[in-house]
Amino acid sequence: MRRRVWILVLAAPVIAAAVLLVSGGTDFTASAGQTQASSVEVKIDNFSFGPATLTVAAGTTVTWTNRDDIPHTVVSEDKVFKSKVLDTDEKFSYTFTKPGTYGYFCSIHPKMTGRVVVQ
Amino acid sequence: MTKNVKDEILHDHNHDGIDRRGFLKCMAWAGTGALCVMQGGVLKSYSLSRLSDLGGSAAAAGELSFVQISDSHMGFNKPANPDVAGTLKAAVDKINALSAAPEFLLHTGDISHLSKPEEFDTVDQILKATGKEVFFVPGEHDVLNDDGAQFRERYGKGAKGAGWYSFEKKGVHFIGLVNVMNLKAGGLGTLGHEQLEWLEDDVKHLKSSTPIVVFAHIPLWTVYPDWGWGTEDSAQALAYLKKFGSVTVLNGHIHQTMQKVEGNVTFHTAASTAFPQPQPGKADSPGPMKVPAEQLRSVLGITDVNYIRGQHALAVVDSSLA
Repeated sequence: MRRRVWILVLAAPVIAAAVLLVSGGTDFTASAGQTQASSVEVKIDNFSFGPATLTVAAGTTVTWTNRDDIPHTVVSEDKVFKSKVLDTDEKFSYTFTKPGTYGYFCSIHPKMTGRVVVQ
Repeated sequence: MTKNVKDEILHDHNHDGIDRRGFLKCMAWAGTGALCVMQGGVLKSYSLSRLSDLGGSAAAAGELSFVQISDSHMGFNKPANPDVAGTLKAAVDKINALSAAPEFLLHTGDISHLSKPEEFDTVDQILKATGKEVFFVPGEHDVLNDDGAQFRERYGKGAKGAGWYSFEKKGVHFIGLVNVMNLKAGGLGTLGHEQLEWLEDDVKHLKSSTPIVVFAHIPLWTVYPDWGWGTEDSAQALAYLKKFGSVTVLNGHIHQTMQKVEGNVTFHTAASTAFPQPQPGKADSPGPMKVPAEQLRSVLGITDVNYIRGQHALAVVDSSLA
């Protein structure tokens, strides 16, 4: 049993590579683009998210950093993600796996809103 | 530049006769407060320097005197005020020195900066020195991470819902409201349906001659919506209070004194005991405003409120900590 499982685990990347090769050059390029954009920053300054709208590839991890003297939160409007309160210089990260538009806001200062568009 | 203004204006880079220090001196003067007396829905205001014109009766001999403090932000330690415990103690000293001792205190929220137990503990410890009962409503900083469970456990025993309640003192009906919970993206402060229903029921059986004092953290009038300085459904709350001849609304949140009169309702915001915030729209954001250390206490303060039976008058006096 154990040996069979190992074979499957080892086989997985080989199969993935084969699929990429078969599917052709354009898909491979898209895949490389996603790898480069796997981590993106959003800064919280002066009670606003920057950039307010962020477009990323699926699989990207977005990290918010609070640079204000006042605590903020990062809360998804559809309850997909919710940070604890972030004091000055504290960070929150979330990895977006599914395409879609994710509106979010600071639950302490709800006039602060932002959007992550996942492609 | 003439000799007599040289003392005031040290660096006039704009050549307009006003430098930063001169401007802050004006602000400090403006922040030392005014006395406002409401009689039969008409508000009369006096500068503090003209208090003697009132013969001392309004402020000194009220039947019910209480003090509002706000936004102590215990735990805040940034340059705008590295010692918020020190300035809260200064506020306590000010309260203890009032000629007409207040019967109790109202704290209109943002007791703590990060809702930490030790922050609440420190405030409780410092306020103990007044020897007075304190009535609290939460600010958004007091309900972080736990939807206000800790706040209600500490200060909201016997309160309804998220922590709203009412009580009577010498014929005045006090209503503490909560408008910092369940805030919606892009919105302002919110009271919510359940609280509004409770409010309607709470005041239904009161005589219209009963003086009403409403206190809540975020202003119940629209001060500056771009910065979230207002409450979505406050109009509904005020509609339930329309029949009353005297309604005084006391708020915090904006860290500066401001006043507005609308019919029989007087709205008033108190200064913070921790740090000032800019005037609406006068900065990039409503974040803490840093002033020179020697100016700080002149932009912080307490609010003393006096009620005189029979006159339907509430006198609201702001005093800085300087």
